[in-house]
Amino acid sequence: MKSEYDVIVVGGGPAGSMAARFAAEQGVSVIMLEKDRDIGYPVRCGEAVSKAGIEEFIKPDDVFISTTIDKFAMISPDGTEVVIPLEQSGFILERRIFDYELAKQAASYGVEIITRAYVNGLIIEDGKVCGVKYEYKGEQQEMRSKVVIAADGVESRIGRWAGIKTHIDFRDMESCTQVTAANIDVDSSTLYFYFGKDVAPEGYFWIFPKRNNSANIGLGVSGAIGKKTSSQTYLNKFMSEHYPNAPILTKIAGGVPSSITLEKISAPGIILVGDAARQVNPLSGGGIVSGMIGGKIGGTIVGEAIKQNNLNHILTYDKAWAERLGKRHEIFGRIKDTIYNLSDEKYNSIAHAISKVPMQKRSLGNVFKIALFNKPSLLIDIAKVFLIK
Amino acid sequence: MLLIDIIPNKCDFCGCCVGVCPEDAIELKEAEIKIDENLCTNCSKCVWACPIEVLKFNKERLVNKNR
Repeated sequence: MKSEYDVIVVGGGPAGSMAARFAAEQGVSVIMLEKDRDIGYPVRCGEAVSKAGIEEFIKPDDVFISTTIDKFAMISPDGTEVVIPLEQSGFILERRIFDYELAKQAASYGVEIITRAYVNGLIIEDGKVCGVKYEYKGEQQEMRSKVVIAADGVESRIGRWAGIKTHIDFRDMESCTQVTAANIDVDSSTLYFYFGKDVAPEGYFWIFPKRNNSANIGLGVSGAIGKKTSSQTYLNKFMSEHYPNAPILTKIAGGVPSSITLEKISAPGIILVGDAARQVNPLSGGGIVSGMIGGKIGGTIVGEAIKQNNLNHILTYDKAWAERLGKRHEIFGRIKDTIYNLSDEKYNSIAHAISKVPMQKRSLGNVFKIALFNKPSLLIDIAKVFLIK
Repeated sequence: MLLIDIIPNKCDFCGCCVGVCPEDAIELKEAEIKIDENLCTNCSKCVWACPIEVLKFNKERLVNKNR
């Protein structure tokens, strides 16, 4: 370990590993600092991704793929279940292994990695971030850099220290709890989504199947709901009603920043990627692939900036992100606000309407069209993101 | 005076509280969560965002203080 690198990446999740890899690919020196003992642990996630999404970064491999998904089931408050084939298949990952593989990929491009390095401050000189202060093996230390990439997750503080507003409204924080349980008899190629105010108000409850009859079962609730009833209360209620005797293999909590991307994700000497930048799809809550894309765009721009000796180039990252995904997330945000505020009666009527559509004509785009029939302005948004390929 | 209590040994270190704290008053290390009482304004957003009820607003402490 040196005392100075071209790039310091803080955080060893998917966004951090991809930022590190793509910066290193430009031929600059990169170190990635992870605060926990292990890359990929603790898992704080439902682990669902689209196949096409991860293929941009890594070849799908059974080592980190638990199950392959090709259907979506919607369960309405009155118990009506409708199955919709997905046009693009997906995976439920083993995040512990997946994150490891991504970090190893970064390492193969020359990235240095250390774990248990806890960043607790920035070195800022003349208004520019010039490195990090961190605790490692019980000692307070400093490391200098040309650019810091903050990939420090939902609990990100690094951006704030650089003067970027990163905290999000409590109503935009989806507070999640999830169990991975055994003996769950569900179809292993279907994602199950439950809707309604009793199971998951203003959000959805999920069952994502994993290998050998196990499944991730959980939900997220916004802080507005959490003010009265916690996420854990809803999960316990669901489990006692549906799977009272299921052995629990893991129980986790996690936070999904479901707002659109922060207004500003770069500043002199620093950029933010992944959950730290709030690069999460607000509609699905999915952040793995979008974080990796943020990491790729950010890492590449940072690498180029250093190679060209033009550090101002990193400020073009905001626009590059907005064009690739940021603007799309704004559309998803608008759809989300309507979809998750539908009444139980409306969810029921949507499920009943879909059940009358022949299986081969069902698609997610059609579901949204039915759901938002009375909102012509949103139908245009739906067409933009689901129907125009 | 800090009115937010952290129930010991209950936290799963998910980071929801840190993400919503407007004051940057919460620190989350590998297996340790701390609230800086000099920065905390007792706004309670962290309490509402906590998925597993680790953080509690301690009303009694407020009552005792006002007595």
